[in-house]
Amino acid sequence: MRPAPFAFARPDGLADALSRLGADDDAMPIAGGQSLLVLLGLRLAGAETLVDVTRIPELCGAREADGAVVFGAATTHAMIEDGKVPDPSRGLMRRVAGRIAYRAVRNRGTIGGSLALSDPAADWCPVLIALGATYDIVSAGGARQVAAEDFADGAYSTVLEPGELIRSITVPVLQEGTRWGHAKHARKTGAFAESIAVVVKRPDGVRAALGATGSHAVLLPSVAEAVASGGDVAAAARADIAMADPDADAYRARCHLATILNAAREVCA
Amino acid sequence: MASPTSDGAPGWIGARLKRKEDERFLYAAGRYVADVRLPGLKDVAFVRSDVAHGRLLGVTKPEGADVFTLADLGPLNDLVAGPEIAEFRTSLYPPLAGDKVRFVGQPVAAVIAATRAEAEDIAAEVLVETEELGAVTDAVAALAPDAPRLHEAWADNAFIAAPVIAGDQDALAAAPVVVRRRLKMNRQATVSLEGRGVVAHYDRRYGELIVHLSTQGAHVMRRGLAEVLGLAENRIRVIAPDVGGGFGGKNRLTPEEIAVCAMALKTGQPLRWIEDRREHLIASLHAREHTYEIALHAEADGTIIGMSGDVYIDAGAYALWPTGAFMEASMAARNLTGPYKARALNLQTYTVATNKAPMGPYRGVARPGACFAIERMVDELAAELGMDPIEIRRRNLITEADLPMRTVGGLSLDTGHYPAALDMACEMIGVDKVRARQKAGEADGRVIGLGIAVYTEQSGHGTSEWMKRKARVVPGHESANVRMHPDGTVDIAVGIQNHGQGLETTLSQIAATELGLHPDAINVRYGDTATTPFGFGTFASRSIVFSGGAVAKGCREVAAKARRIGAALLQVSADDVRIEAGEIVGPAGSVSLAEVARAATLRPEFLPEGEDALLETTVSYEPADSAGVFSYGAHAVVVAVEPLTGAVDLLDYVVAEDCGTVINPLIVDGQIVGGVAQGIGTALYEEIPFDPELGQPLATTFGDYMVPCASEIPDIRIGHLVTPARVTEYGVKGMGEGGAIAPPAAVGNALADAFRQSRAQFLETPFTPRRVSDAVAAADGEGAR
Ligand SMILES: Cc1cc2nc3c(=O)[nH]c(=O)nc-3n(C[C@H](O)[C@H](O)[C@H](O)COP(=O)(O)OP(=O)(O)OC[C@H]3O[C@@H](n4cnc5c(N)ncnc54)[C@H](O)[C@@H]3O)c2cc1C
Repeated sequence: MRPAPFAFARPDGLADALSRLGADDDAMPIAGGQSLLVLLGLRLAGAETLVDVTRIPELCGAREADGAVVFGAATTHAMIEDGKVPDPSRGLMRRVAGRIAYRAVRNRGTIGGSLALSDPAADWCPVLIALGATYDIVSAGGARQVAAEDFADGAYSTVLEPGELIRSITVPVLQEGTRWGHAKHARKTGAFAESIAVVVKRPDGVRAALGATGSHAVLLPSVAEAVASGGDVAAAARADIAMADPDADAYRARCHLATILNAAREVCA
Repeated sequence: MASPTSDGAPGWIGARLKRKEDERFLYAAGRYVADVRLPGLKDVAFVRSDVAHGRLLGVTKPEGADVFTLADLGPLNDLVAGPEIAEFRTSLYPPLAGDKVRFVGQPVAAVIAATRAEAEDIAAEVLVETEELGAVTDAVAALAPDAPRLHEAWADNAFIAAPVIAGDQDALAAAPVVVRRRLKMNRQATVSLEGRGVVAHYDRRYGELIVHLSTQGAHVMRRGLAEVLGLAENRIRVIAPDVGGGFGGKNRLTPEEIAVCAMALKTGQPLRWIEDRREHLIASLHAREHTYEIALHAEADGTIIGMSGDVYIDAGAYALWPTGAFMEASMAARNLTGPYKARALNLQTYTVATNKAPMGPYRGVARPGACFAIERMVDELAAELGMDPIEIRRRNLITEADLPMRTVGGLSLDTGHYPAALDMACEMIGVDKVRARQKAGEADGRVIGLGIAVYTEQSGHGTSEWMKRKARVVPGHESANVRMHPDGTVDIAVGIQNHGQGLETTLSQIAATELGLHPDAINVRYGDTATTPFGFGTFASRSIVFSGGAVAKGCREVAAKARRIGAALLQVSADDVRIEAGEIVGPAGSVSLAEVARAATLRPEFLPEGEDALLETTVSYEPADSAGVFSYGAHAVVVAVEPLTGAVDLLDYVVAEDCGTVINPLIVDGQIVGGVAQGIGTALYEEIPFDPELGQPLATTFGDYMVPCASEIPDIRIGHLVTPARVTEYGVKGMGEGGAIAPPAAVGNALADAFRQSRAQFLETPFTPRRVSDAVAAADGEGAR
C-alpha cells in the first residue's frame, strides 16, 4: 500500500499550477489527498507529478459576493463544518460537512477535491445541486461556468478536461423563509452513503436532489413538485428513483425512498 | 476492597488500580515490532496470489532483484499442523506457495529491498503464472462430490468430519416440538490495531536468530520456528515487545513470519515485514465463519430437549500451526446447548477447506457462533410456542442447585447462578419500560426491539481439556520466575503475553498481595524467550487463572523464605512473623524486606544456618481441576430499526456477568466493553464476503470492511455477580472473551423481537442494513423488485 514514486510541486500561483497541469499529461492536481493518496497507495491511480493546489490564493477561503458565497475549491470540509467560512445555506452545508467521513478526513479533504473525484456517494454533489450552485472552472486557456447538475456525467466522471481546475464554487444565499431537509443513510458513521437526499424549499420554488446512485447525483423533479404542491411525496419519489438510479436493486431503492421521505419530512416539519 | 492473603493480611485483590502499562501507551512511548531499529535493516514485501485456486506454473523475477521463492528458502522442515487425530487430513502450508495457490493473498514470493516502497515496486514486477482452477467458496457446497478439490490427495474437501452424539437420543426423536433453522455467522478478520509484524536477524554473539515478533506466545512460536527452520531452540530468541492486540490472531505461526526468518538466515541481513491493513484483511487469519443447519427439540411447554443437525466450519485453505481451526467444530457443537438443561445432542460437524485465508482463533473462539445459534433458536422456539423469550429461558436455565454439572456436550460447569444474571440484565435494561415504549411506537417510524442472550465462557482449562481436544501443544500449565533484588524490589518473569489485558497490573496486584509490597515495587516481565521461563502465552481466557496462579505460588515460596530469614534476623521463630507493608513483622519488632533481601544476596553471612542464598524461585502452576472454570453472563440490548433502510441503532446495552473473584474491577470492565465492541462488530458490521465464482475477497480495505468505532458503540452498562471458582487461586475465572460471545445473539434476538409481528427472519450475521431491510421486506411480502 505504498504509492509508486512521483514528483511533487506546490505552486503558489494559479497560472503556475495551470501551466504545469496543461503541459504535462501525467500531472495531476492534489488537494487534501484524502481520496487521491488512497488511490495512489492501492495503485488504482498513477501520476508522474502531483501539483498541490492548496496554496493557490484563488482556491483558498470563501467570500461573500452578490447574494452568493464563493468557496475556493480548496476549502476544507472542516472549515465549513466549523463555520470558519460564511454559510449561504442556513446551516445545511455545516450539517453536511460535519457528517462527511471522520474529523481527520475533514481536516484535509476539500470541497473541490470531492467534486472533481465525483464519487457517486460523495456528500457535496447532491447538496450543491439542490442549492443551485455553479462551478468556476479554469485552465491555461480560460475559464467557464458549469451548473452543479451539469458537472458530473457518471461515476468518477465529470466534464473536467485534462489541464482544468475547479477554482471556486458559487452558492446562492438562501432567502428568508427557505427551509431544507437532508437525509443520509450509510452502513455506519463515516462510511460512504447508500443514499443521500436533499430538498431545498424556497419561497419561489423547490429543488430536490439524490446522491449515492449508481452513477452521479441528480435532480428529483417529481419530488420537488410534490413537496411544492403538498402532493404524494412517496409516489413522486418512486417515479424519480426509477429515473435517477435505474439500476438500483430493491434495497437501494428502499434506501432512496427512505432518505427522500426523511428529507421531505424535515423540510415540511 | 482488600481481601486476606495467605498471610491473613489485607491485599490488593479487588483494588481499582489504574493500569501500570497505560502511561507509556498514552505518551505514545510503547515499543512495537515496527519500532525496532537495526543497522542495515531491510524491508520485505510479499508477492501474493491474485487467483483463489490455481496451479503455480512459474515465477519470473525481475532482473537483478532480490526475490525469493519457496525453493530459495530451503531446506525447510515440514511443519505439520492440526490436531493429533488420525482422521484429520493434514495440509502442509508452505511459507511461500509450492505447486499450488489456494487463496487470494497467499504469499508466492518475497522481495527484499532498502525500503518497503521499493520492495512493493519490485513485487509489482514479479510475474506469477498460474493455471486457474475452480474456486471453492462455500463450506457446504465444498462437500459436493464434484466440487473442485483443494488438496488432491483428499477424498473430499473436509479436513475432518466428526459426529457429536450424546445423551438421550430417544427423547430427541420423540420431541413434540422441533424448530429448524439455517443460521450463518459470516467470515471476518481479527483487526488488531497493530497487524502482524516480524523483524529477524542473525546475531553472532550467541549464534542465534533473534526474532522480534508480534505474537501472543513467544515460547510456542519459537518451538514452531525451530521445527520448520531446523534450528535448536536455544539458537532462536523470540522477543514480543508491546503487542497492539491479538485477539487470538497472533496465536498461530503464519507463513510470512517463517519466510522472513528463513530469508534472514539465508542472507545474514536484518529483515523486516510489517503487515499493512490490506494484507491483514486479505491474508491474515480469518475467523468466525460457521453455518448451522440445526433443529431445536423441545417439549410443548418449552422445555428444551436438545439440538440436532449439521455444523459447518469454513476453515479456509490450510491448517495453521499448531492446531489449525479444528477446535472450532467441537467447541461449537459442545456449546450448542448453551447454559440450558438440555438432555441430548445429535450433531454432525464438518471442518471444511475452502479457497480462503486459513481460519484461526478469535476472541470467543466458536462460542459466538454457538451462542448465536442456540440463543436465536431459543427465541425462535419461544415465538413458535407463543412464549416470552425471558420466561422460556428461566424455565430452561441451569440453576445454582444443578451445579456443578457436566453438560451433555461434556463441559464441566463449575459454579454460578445463571438465572440471577438473567434477572439482573432484565432489571438493568428495564424490560417493562421497553415493552411500554414498544407499545407507544416511535414518532420517527423506527421500530424498537429488545434482545437477550445468556452464555457461558470456559476459561482456565488445562491438560485434561486440551488432551481431549487432541491439541498438538497442550497448554496445561503456566510458569513464573519471582526474583527479589537486594533492595527488596521484585521482578516477575512470566510466560504469558500482555497484549491489552492489563496483566502487568493484575499480576503485580497478586504479587503485592502475597509479598506484602506495593504493586509499584513489582515489575512484571514477559515476551522474551531469553528472559522468561517457558509458557504458552495468552489466549483462551487463561492468563489470570494460570499465570496469576503461578505468580501467587511463586510469591508465596519467596515470602515463606523471606519470613524464615526475617525471623532469624529477629531471633524469633518463623511461625511468629508475618509479612506486611514491606516488613517482616515479629512479636516485638520488625525487619524490612530490603534488609532480608540484602542478607539473601549481598550479605550471606546473615543467613540462618542451612538456608540457601537468593530470594528467587521458578514455579509452574495448573489449577486443581483442569476441566476449566466457567464465567457466564447475560446481555440485553435495545435496538431501534429503520425498517426501510435497515439501519440499526443500539439504544441501550447491558451486561450482567460473573467471573468469580475480581482482581481489578477497572480491568474487568474494560475487557467487557472491548469484547462487547467486537461482538457488536460481528453482529452488525464486520464481514469479508467473497465473490462466489472467483473467490476474490470483497472487503480488502476499511472502505469496505466496516469496524464499529466510538460512534457505533453505546455506553455499555455492567453489573457484576461474584461466585468464586473452587479450584483456582482466589477463586478467579478467566473473562477476556465473554464480552464478544453474546452480542450477535442478543442483537439478533432484538431484531427478531422488533419484527415479531411479521416474523421477519434474522439468521445471518452481520445484520447489515441491507440484510435487515431485505428481511423486513421479505416478511412484509415485498420480494426483490
Ligand atoms: C475514510 C474516508 C471516508 C470518506 N468518507 C466520505 C464520505 O462519507 N463522504 C464524502 O463525500 N467523502 C468521503 N471521503 C472523501 C473525502 O471527502 C475526500 O476528502 C474528498 O472526496 C476528496 O477531497 P480531497 O481534497 O482530499 O481531494 P484529493 O484526494 O486531493 O483529490 C481527489 C481528486 O480530485 C482532483 N482534484 C483535487 N482538487 C481539484 C481541483 N481544485 N480541481 C480539479 N481537480 C481537483 C484530484 O486530482 C483527484 O483526482 C472519505 C475519505 C476517506 C479517506
